[in-house]
Amino acid sequence: MIDQITVFLENDKGRLAALCRTLGDAGISMHALTVADTAQYGVARIIADTPARAYEVLNEKGFRASLTKVFAIEVPDSAGGLATLLEALGAAGINVEYAYCFAVDGGKAIDVLRVDNHDNAEQVITAAGFRVAQPSELYA
Amino acid sequence: MGKNSAHQVAGPELYFQPEIEKMGRLELEALQLERLKKTVQVCYEQIPFYRQALDAAGIKPADVQSLADLTRLPFTTKQDMRDAYPFNLFAIPATDERVQRLHASSGTTGNATVCGYTQNDIDVWGDTFARAIAQVGGGANSMLQVSYGYGLFTGGLGAHEGGIRIHATILPMSSGNTKRQVQMMKDFDVDILCCTPSYALLIADTAIEMGYDPANDFNVTGAILGAEPCSEGMRTEIEEKLGVKMVDIYGLSEVMGPGVSCECRYQNGLHVAEDHFIIEILNPDTLEPVPDGEWGEVVFTTLSKECSPLIRYRTRDISRIIPGECECGRTLRRMDRITGRTDDMLIIRGVNVFPNQFQEVLAGFSEVTSYYQIILTSDGPMDKVTLRVETVPEFDFDEIRKIEDLQRRINAELKSNLQVSVDVLVSEPKSIERSEGKAKRVLDNRDKS
Repeated sequence: MIDQITVFLENDKGRLAALCRTLGDAGISMHALTVADTAQYGVARIIADTPARAYEVLNEKGFRASLTKVFAIEVPDSAGGLATLLEALGAAGINVEYAYCFAVDGGKAIDVLRVDNHDNAEQVITAAGFRVAQPSELYA
Repeated sequence: MGKNSAHQVAGPELYFQPEIEKMGRLELEALQLERLKKTVQVCYEQIPFYRQALDAAGIKPADVQSLADLTRLPFTTKQDMRDAYPFNLFAIPATDERVQRLHASSGTTGNATVCGYTQNDIDVWGDTFARAIAQVGGGANSMLQVSYGYGLFTGGLGAHEGGIRIHATILPMSSGNTKRQVQMMKDFDVDILCCTPSYALLIADTAIEMGYDPANDFNVTGAILGAEPCSEGMRTEIEEKLGVKMVDIYGLSEVMGPGVSCECRYQNGLHVAEDHFIIEILNPDTLEPVPDGEWGEVVFTTLSKECSPLIRYRTRDISRIIPGECECGRTLRRMDRITGRTDDMLIIRGVNVFPNQFQEVLAGFSEVTSYYQIILTSDGPMDKVTLRVETVPEFDFDEIRKIEDLQRRINAELKSNLQVSVDVLVSEPKSIERSEGKAKRVLDNRDKS
């Protein structure tokens, strides 16, 4: 599993920019960013280099950041690929809290999943024919 | 060891005046009406302020024919009392032989308010305080330590009069010299302590510092504490450290002093001495009565006071009537502990709300810190309330539904406690103002019309 940085943001002007600037100034490179927003606030989910350091830097600068363990799964570029994975998880009684995709070097797609039950998720994913990516493949 | 029983609600209920404390409501209301008529009559005849006020309201004393007529009578405010400084609200001249004593409020924010007491006024006061002494198990064989200040302040002498009426032995310590308080409490086998909650705690801590375990080593089993707010946590601490049953007593120098209302052993509201005072709870905006159970301004009318009677005195204290009957068997209705002053009150969509009610609700949620801010804005003609809270560092906000679930639960709890719908806004850490002194908890940005 990999470390995702989650940041709670109030819907105030410039907060997302300030977040990105803070990471940039610390020399931390981002690989993926997704923002879930509600009327009042947003939750930014980030895959970046040196997540532990990113977490420290953000909290020092007054952001509400946390580290979350998520699965990064290599998904083949073919019709129904992701559906097969999700069906396998569903059949095993594992719910997906959220998911998003990003591309890595070589044109491969990585699907990030947070699931409600980690215990046998990796087994289920592997048994369905998918490969779980390791931290070293995704960030420094 | 034998003191543990002091913490339990058990055994016979102890009354000082059972014929009044357990009087049927109809009989009590008849007594109130009879005394109200007399009070209005005396006010009209003896006090020019009231004659003018009643004339202006178009009411003659003879018009008071039922307790419902009370609502037609004019109010008395703290300012009226200040303006009457020193003796213009007295029904009997201050130096008349019938007047025995004067008490006065501190007057830190204006003229002091002064009240006179005849011997009967003092006896009535003593009786109401004695009811509290009986409720904590005290009686004629008690050793009563009075550690309220003696003087113009009503605490010391009010407790003292209670001791006289119940024939206890009184130790008039007044406040201060805490080590000596502890020593005498121990050496004289004091069983009942009367003082402020904070002083009771200081006495307990001083005793412990002196090497005693007052909960077990001392004979003290009852504490009658008042004149300042006391949280449930503080009550528990006092009860455990001293090994006492504590009852909260309420009173104001303008109305009488401690004893206007007092808790019984069940500690669920303060029984009002309704034979001597009529309590009303009013919406401070409309000055109309609110139903039992709803919060509002406490208004008292005195029924027995001879020297300084008051008609509908607005205390600015906020409380409510606790509906239903008390397990103790007393028929005297209960008021809740004072939650604040009208000066702090917010009126939101016509509902009276106090900032500390928000605090109490939030204290039940381990997910949020103790910092909060209430923001009032206008949404058309409606008031909109936003409550900003901060989550604790351990809170997992990665799943949005957990934040939304938290908001929903806080909202539901506020709605059921305050009858007000609130938008709960989870805020970034440390974005809510911290303050050494009084934090600005309320931002009222409503359109002023």
